[in-house]
Amino acid sequence: MKELLDGDAPAIARAVNGREVSAAALAQAALARVRERDPAVGAYLTVVDDLALECARRVDARIAAGESLALAGVPVAVKDNMCLEGTRTTCASKILENWVAPYTGTALQRLLDAGAIPVGKTNLDEFAMGSSCENSALGVTRNPWDLGRVPGGSSGGSVAAVASGTATVALGSDTGGSIREPAAFCGVVGFKPTYGRISRYGLIAFASSLDQIGPIGKSVEDCALVYEAIAGADRCDATTVDRPVEPVRPQTRDDLKGMRVGIVREFALDALEGSVRKVYEAAYRDLERLGAELVEVALPTADYGVATYYLIAPAECSSNLARFDGMRYGLRVEGVDVGATYEATRAAGFGDEVKRRILIGTYALSSGYYDAYYVRAQKARTLIAGDFARAFERCDVIACPAASSPAFEFNAKSDPVSMYLMDYYTIPMSLAGLPSLSVPCGYVTPAGTEKPLPLGLELTGPLFAEPTLLGVAAAYERETRHLAKGGPPVTAR
Amino acid sequence: MASGEIDVAYVAKLARLALTPAEVKKFGAQLGALLEHVAALEKLPTADVAATAQVVPSVNVMRDDVVRPSLLRETVLSAAPQREGPYFRVPRILGE
Repeated sequence: MKELLDGDAPAIARAVNGREVSAAALAQAALARVRERDPAVGAYLTVVDDLALECARRVDARIAAGESLALAGVPVAVKDNMCLEGTRTTCASKILENWVAPYTGTALQRLLDAGAIPVGKTNLDEFAMGSSCENSALGVTRNPWDLGRVPGGSSGGSVAAVASGTATVALGSDTGGSIREPAAFCGVVGFKPTYGRISRYGLIAFASSLDQIGPIGKSVEDCALVYEAIAGADRCDATTVDRPVEPVRPQTRDDLKGMRVGIVREFALDALEGSVRKVYEAAYRDLERLGAELVEVALPTADYGVATYYLIAPAECSSNLARFDGMRYGLRVEGVDVGATYEATRAAGFGDEVKRRILIGTYALSSGYYDAYYVRAQKARTLIAGDFARAFERCDVIACPAASSPAFEFNAKSDPVSMYLMDYYTIPMSLAGLPSLSVPCGYVTPAGTEKPLPLGLELTGPLFAEPTLLGVAAAYERETRHLAKGGPPVTAR
Repeated sequence: MASGEIDVAYVAKLARLALTPAEVKKFGAQLGALLEHVAALEKLPTADVAATAQVVPSVNVMRDDVVRPSLLRETVLSAAPQREGPYFRVPRILGE
C-alpha cells in the first residue's frame, strides 16, 4: 500500500482496475497518511473522510461491474476554491468560512467520474490572491521541504499535499502563476493549460479572463492523465473552447531532437542569485544534451507583465467579488441599513490582500481612470501576447525559471509589491493565455541551512500546444529525474 | 496617469468596504507604491493597439431553449444568512 501511495497515478489505477487492491483500502490508507503527516504541513482545510470512503465504495462497485477507470482509486486533493457538493468550500476566507457548496464543479466532477478519490480541500491564499499561502484566513500551510518556509501560492495547500504524499494528484487554479510558482517551491509538477481548455464551472471566480484550473502531480504523466480526464468543452462554462482534446499522455518522446527551445533574452539568468543561476544554466544544458536546439527569443514587453496584471486582475476581482454582499450566502454583519450591512460584512469577511485588490481594481475602473489604467493594461496585454506569437515562430516551447528564488521564509515579503514580483516569470504567460508548467529542475541549499530546496523550470507552449509541451516536459523529467533523487523530509516520517 | 495619488476613502465607498482610518492610511501607502509600479506602462506605445479582453478567440455561445433541472430551492435557501420561509430575509432597501 505504501508503495502505491508513493507511486504514480497510472500504477494506482492499474492496481485498482485489476482488483489487486480496493479503492476503499487505498482511501483508508490515504486518510491515515493525512492524519499522520498533515498536522506538520497543514495542506488541508477540510478532510472529507466520509465522502472519500463513499466515493471509494462506488469506484469498487463500478470496477466489480466490469468498468475500467482512468483514475481508479487515485487520491486527489482539491483547492478550496472549487465547489464540492455538500462540503464546506471556503476560498480560505472568513466570508465563506461556513459555506457549503450546493453543487460540484465540472473539473472535479469529471475527476470523480474517472474514479478519483477526494481526500480533502486544500488551503490557499484567500480567494487565490497571493504567492505564499500566507494570505489564508483559515490556516497555515508549510513547505514539506522546510517547515519554516512557505509552500508558495496561491495553490499552496494542493502542492504541499502532493509533495508530502497525502494525495497523489491535486487540482489547483492559476491566474498569474498560482499553480506554477508553488509547484516550483514544493518540487512537484504543476500545469496550467491553455485558457479555455478546462471548465471553470464551480471554480469561485477571481479574474475571469485569466483563471484556469490545472493539475498538480509528482510527474508530468500524472498531470497529463488528470488533464485528459478534465479538459474539454462544458455547456456550463461558455468560455471553454469547443475543440477536441488531443491525447497528451507523453510516453512517446525519448529525446528532444528536432525541438527548438526558446530562451528569453529579457529573462537573463544573471539577474538571479548565483546558486539559483547555476541550476537553471544546468537545466538549459540538459535540454540541449537531450537534442533540443536552444534559440534566443525576445519578449520585449514581458517586463511589463506584472504592471499589466496588477491592473487587469484586480479590476476583474473587484467586479467578481461584488457578489459577496452578505445577502444570499456567506457571512453577514448587520449594519444600521442595507449599505452599512454591505460595508460591515465585507470589512469583516475579507482579509487585507483581498481588500487591497478590490480597492485597486475599483480605482482602475472608476470614472476618469478607466482609460488610463484598465484600457491601457488591456492594450499592453495585446502587445505581450503578440511578443509570444512572434517568439513561437522561432521555437516550439519557451524555457525559463518558474520563480526567481526557492521558497522563502514566512513573513519575508512584507510589502505587497515585492510579493507581486514573485510572479514575474509566470504572469506574462497567463496574460497571453498560454499553456505553461513547472517541472522540478534541481535544488539549492541556502546559506545557513542544510535543507535543500527545489527549483522549477517553467516550460510554455503556443496556444493549444499541450501535447508538445507535455512531451518536452516528460522527456526532460525522464532524463533528469530530479524528484526521484529524494522526497521532502516530511515523507520520511 | 497620476501616480501615487489615490483617494482611498472614496474608492472604498465605491467598493462597499468599511475601512478604519488606520486602514485608509495603510492601504493608501501600499496602493500608492503599486501605482508607481504600474506607471511603467506609460512607456509602452499603446496608442494604436487594440485592447485585448481575453486571448483565446471565442464567439457567443447559445444553448437550446430547453428546461433543465436547477438547484433545489431549499438547498439554496439553506445557505442564506437569514431567511423567512421560502424567502431570503434582507435589510430594508426603500425609505419609509
